[in-house]
Amino acid sequence: MPILSIMILAPVVAALVVATLPGGGQERAGRARVVALATTLAEFGAGIWLWLNFDQSSAALQFPEQLQLFAPYFSWSLGIDGIALMLIELSVFLMPLCVLASWEAVQKRVPEYMAAFLLMESLMIGTFAARDIFLFYLFFEGGLIPMFLIIGIWGGARRIYASYKFFLYTLLGSVLMLVAMLWMVGQAGSSDIGDLSRHDFAKDAQFWLFLAFFASFAVKMPMWPVHTWLPDAHVEAPTAGSMILAGVLLKLGGYGFIRFSLPMFPDASAQLIWLVFALSMVAVVYTSLVALVQHDMKKLIAYSSVAHMAFVTGGLFALNTQGIEGAMVMMLSHGLVSGALFLCVGVIYDRLHTREIGRYGGLADTMPKYALVLLFFTMASVGLPATSGFVAEFLVLLGLYQTSTWATFVLTTGIILGAGYMLWLYARVAYGKAAGEDTRAMPDLSAREIAILAPIIIATLWMGIYPKSFQQPMKPAIAAVVARLEGRELATVPTDMTLSPALPAIESAARANTAHAEGHH
Amino acid sequence: MMITVLVFLPLLMAAIAGLGGRVIGHNAAKALTTGGLFVSAALAWVTFVGFWLNGAEATTVPVLDWIESGRLSVAWALKVDTLTAVMLVVVTSVSALVHLYSWGYMAEDPSQSRFFAYLSLFTFAMLMLVTADNLVQMFFGWEGVGLASYLLIGFWYTKPSANAAAIKAFVVNRVGDFGFSLGIFATFMVFGTVSIDAILAAVPQHSGQTFSFLGGQVDVMTCLCLLLFVGACGKSAQLGLHTWLPDAMEGPTPVSALIHAATMVTAGVFMVCRLSPMFEASPTAQAVVCVLGACTALFAATVGMVQNDIKRVIAYSTCSQLGYMFFAAGSGAYGAAMFHLFTHAFFKALLFLGAGSVIHAMHHEQDMRFYGGLRRHIPITFWMMTIGTLALTGFFFTAGYYSKDAILEAAAASHTVHGAFAFAIGAVVAALTSFYSWRLVFLTFFGKPRWAGSEHIQHAAHDDHGHRHDNAHEHAGGHAQHDDGTAGYHPHESPISMLIPLFVLGGGALFAGLIWHENFVGAEEGASFWRGSLAFNEHLMHAMHEVPAWVRWTPSIAFFVGLLSAYYYYIRHPDLPAWWSRELNGLYQFLLRKWYFDELYNAIFVKPALWFGRMFWTRGDQQTIDRFGPNGAADVVVAGAGLARRFQSGYVYSYALVMLVGLAAAAAWMMR
Repeated sequence: MPILSIMILAPVVAALVVATLPGGGQERAGRARVVALATTLAEFGAGIWLWLNFDQSSAALQFPEQLQLFAPYFSWSLGIDGIALMLIELSVFLMPLCVLASWEAVQKRVPEYMAAFLLMESLMIGTFAARDIFLFYLFFEGGLIPMFLIIGIWGGARRIYASYKFFLYTLLGSVLMLVAMLWMVGQAGSSDIGDLSRHDFAKDAQFWLFLAFFASFAVKMPMWPVHTWLPDAHVEAPTAGSMILAGVLLKLGGYGFIRFSLPMFPDASAQLIWLVFALSMVAVVYTSLVALVQHDMKKLIAYSSVAHMAFVTGGLFALNTQGIEGAMVMMLSHGLVSGALFLCVGVIYDRLHTREIGRYGGLADTMPKYALVLLFFTMASVGLPATSGFVAEFLVLLGLYQTSTWATFVLTTGIILGAGYMLWLYARVAYGKAAGEDTRAMPDLSAREIAILAPIIIATLWMGIYPKSFQQPMKPAIAAVVARLEGRELATVPTDMTLSPALPAIESAARANTAHAEGHH
Repeated sequence: MMITVLVFLPLLMAAIAGLGGRVIGHNAAKALTTGGLFVSAALAWVTFVGFWLNGAEATTVPVLDWIESGRLSVAWALKVDTLTAVMLVVVTSVSALVHLYSWGYMAEDPSQSRFFAYLSLFTFAMLMLVTADNLVQMFFGWEGVGLASYLLIGFWYTKPSANAAAIKAFVVNRVGDFGFSLGIFATFMVFGTVSIDAILAAVPQHSGQTFSFLGGQVDVMTCLCLLLFVGACGKSAQLGLHTWLPDAMEGPTPVSALIHAATMVTAGVFMVCRLSPMFEASPTAQAVVCVLGACTALFAATVGMVQNDIKRVIAYSTCSQLGYMFFAAGSGAYGAAMFHLFTHAFFKALLFLGAGSVIHAMHHEQDMRFYGGLRRHIPITFWMMTIGTLALTGFFFTAGYYSKDAILEAAAASHTVHGAFAFAIGAVVAALTSFYSWRLVFLTFFGKPRWAGSEHIQHAAHDDHGHRHDNAHEHAGGHAQHDDGTAGYHPHESPISMLIPLFVLGGGALFAGLIWHENFVGAEEGASFWRGSLAFNEHLMHAMHEVPAWVRWTPSIAFFVGLLSAYYYYIRHPDLPAWWSRELNGLYQFLLRKWYFDELYNAIFVKPALWFGRMFWTRGDQQTIDRFGPNGAADVVVAGAGLARRFQSGYVYSYALVMLVGLAAAAAWMMR
């Protein structure tokens, strides 16, 4: 059964159905919601089926499909490893929640809105499942189009500016990446991602290819200094749009790094860690401080996302098992937690129609359930142990420490600054006294809102207390990436690889990893 | 099995009381959490007696796998040995008594079940901390108690000062956790494990090695110990990272007794003792611990001398006593550090709960300038506070007498420069401790009543219906003017639920030292009591008993010096302190403003952080990146081709799609 094709095409079909629904006005909107919810739930079911039938001990591609389109260089070639699997799980998990979150908040052009979300789901799954580099490119860039629409049509006051900025940034990076892809396919004689990751490109070529891909992924991440589209996009996007943007679209950059940059350009990756570390270090301190002075809740969380994404890049370019596994957990965790935080903002935005922090206050009195949920996600965001955020931060920093103490030192300050801006936000929203009568009159969480938030709470705790369930499928795939990086010469940056008693980190980590992989066979 | 129940019962009760408090009601929530804690406390005493009298074996009970990655393997597990057993007893006993006490103290609070849920949640996190068999689980407990502390300090969240104090506590502790985290990362890199047993076993083979840290070559053990010690400083409020503790007094008083006196703040001492073989391998780290502990003891004692808020005096006293524990550890007398931790838990919890009883009687007035003569009104509280003060100041044969003597003798017997320094400072601080402690007692319980001017009392006296913070049992409203300083208000003794904990803790404050000093610090019995759960230096313990007589008598002399001067200044000549504070106003302000630490930190950390944040946001993001990036590009586009309208039309999206498909197809075609 071509399960991946079905998962990619089903939302497209549903989107067409939704867009061409008969009837008018409210009735049509209601049907659109139901179809969208049913489709996304079915996709979630399919995702669970994938997880259950996935061989967790293998790094090989699973559920492969192959259909030649423009032989030999462009084919409908699908298949997933553990990394792709978990990101697909994240997407299909968040999608029904997004539909539910938009149930009442969106009243304008509902069928088109639902169609855009369904299309987005299809493209996201396609991005993670594509095995052909051009097919990947299509899904990767195409996934932004529904997002432009969601921001541009259903967004806030400055939606045009925001979607334009979003578009301009991402387009710029993707053109460079496309050129690099063309050159690579010409060199390697194959457009299969697996073949390309086994091909040894010349070292100086790797350098330029790395930078071309970097341009695209750094924007998607986003890394400092190409992050300024993100706060605007988040602020203008509707709640569900922010959830998907933070939850899944921000993971495309990280996925790109681990799928392309690390295995295809291992020498360049090892040589350019200083670039990634420097940008990550700046990002953590810079965006955390900026988050501290925001008055707009969504902007604050958006800036905190940039800081969290810097942990992902730091972990990936630690180039060892703990760092990369931590980065993957960080992507999953951030998808859950920041998605939930945007949802929390949406809950009170729906009631008061402002994102201004100063307009709230005292919600612990008037909305106790909401205050508890917000507290939970605040703590998950600052990486309190037993939430997913801690496992992620801990593994990233532990891995990074073995590659660079300086980078770890600076990134770890993020846990102080993060506590500062998140707790201050929480205190201003939930504690103190209500800013006005309208604030005091806001009703507590509805059953629908609890139904959306509860699954995310469970997932966050599960990932924090027993992360093995989520890490296990990814381990073989990550081991393969680490093996590809083994023995590469690291840049002689102002980091400290000369450990007495230990060996250069990359070797010892890789060795531990090989031992781990052998244990599976 | 027993340990699993002991640890997880408070979590279960916290969840029930916290999530279901509105359903089951306050009384059920309170009964469940308190009952759960008493069960845990009973089990803890059984465990402790097993180690104390029956020579029980150290065990580790695995619970669940946690984080695995490469060679890193962390599991949830509960480790019990003598050191843990001591902590279990301290944590669960004080917690159970504080739960009981809160029935009376919080009786009129509308969110009682939330309060009790937080208390039990705290206890769970603290138990996870002390039973950790690896550094990461210890970190879990470490941050968990931080969360509970944050929630409880900010319990009265409508008060801005409480919110600020809660955030401050969490963030300052995060600075400590920053060091702790780096310590764990570095430890893992060196040892390849985070299991405490495995690390301690491998200490000898790594001591003396160097590794590079932030670009320089440093001694492995010194670096690891100091990084971990930064964490200990945060949690245990040592000089530099102490600023959150006095502010934490914004929380309800039972919280101060449990978290900010007896248990959480001693976590740093526990950590140093737990990892004592590592510290033993680095004389430099030991010296730092010792000197910083002594400085903290001195700093906090000087500030405590001039504070007027009864809780703040006790808070600084806690800070100061924690300093004693650290310099004991730094002198190599880990048993003495744990002994003082143990006795201090009793008498400091007693003092805080006693202060709570005073505050309760005085309608939440905390300023000692509005107390006076209270011994006639609340005699039981008076006697219990006196017992606590005797123990704290080290009166003969009380708990503090044994533990403080042991610390000072160990510092003197360690024959190191830092040990001698710590001994000298410690002797001075003992006198200061005695002075400010008796000052507290004299100001509160002796002299004439002075509460006529207190706003809290006036509020209570004139408000027939009471108000939110009004816990008194009767009101004296409507009386004629009184000239005796009472304004017609007569404080009443606290209810029995608040007095029972005082009696129990009073017993501990009197007899804990007498009963257990041979076990904790005895040269012969100590080793068989601790059984390797901390680095027990028998040689030092022997040397302690052979110090010169003047060393032995120093603490007792300090006790009398402090007591007599407090008597002179606050009973015989109550006008003198005010005169001194005018004469030496600069010094007085310096102490009253806590050596200006808050002002300093505000100026060098908080304000610049906000300034840089605004600068990066406006100058960086808006005026540089956006201006030359997307906005600049937009200007070019608008000027050049008037494309901007099309961006708004929505067609751009279809264009983009066509472009992408076209490009990809062309590329594929080209390379056929």
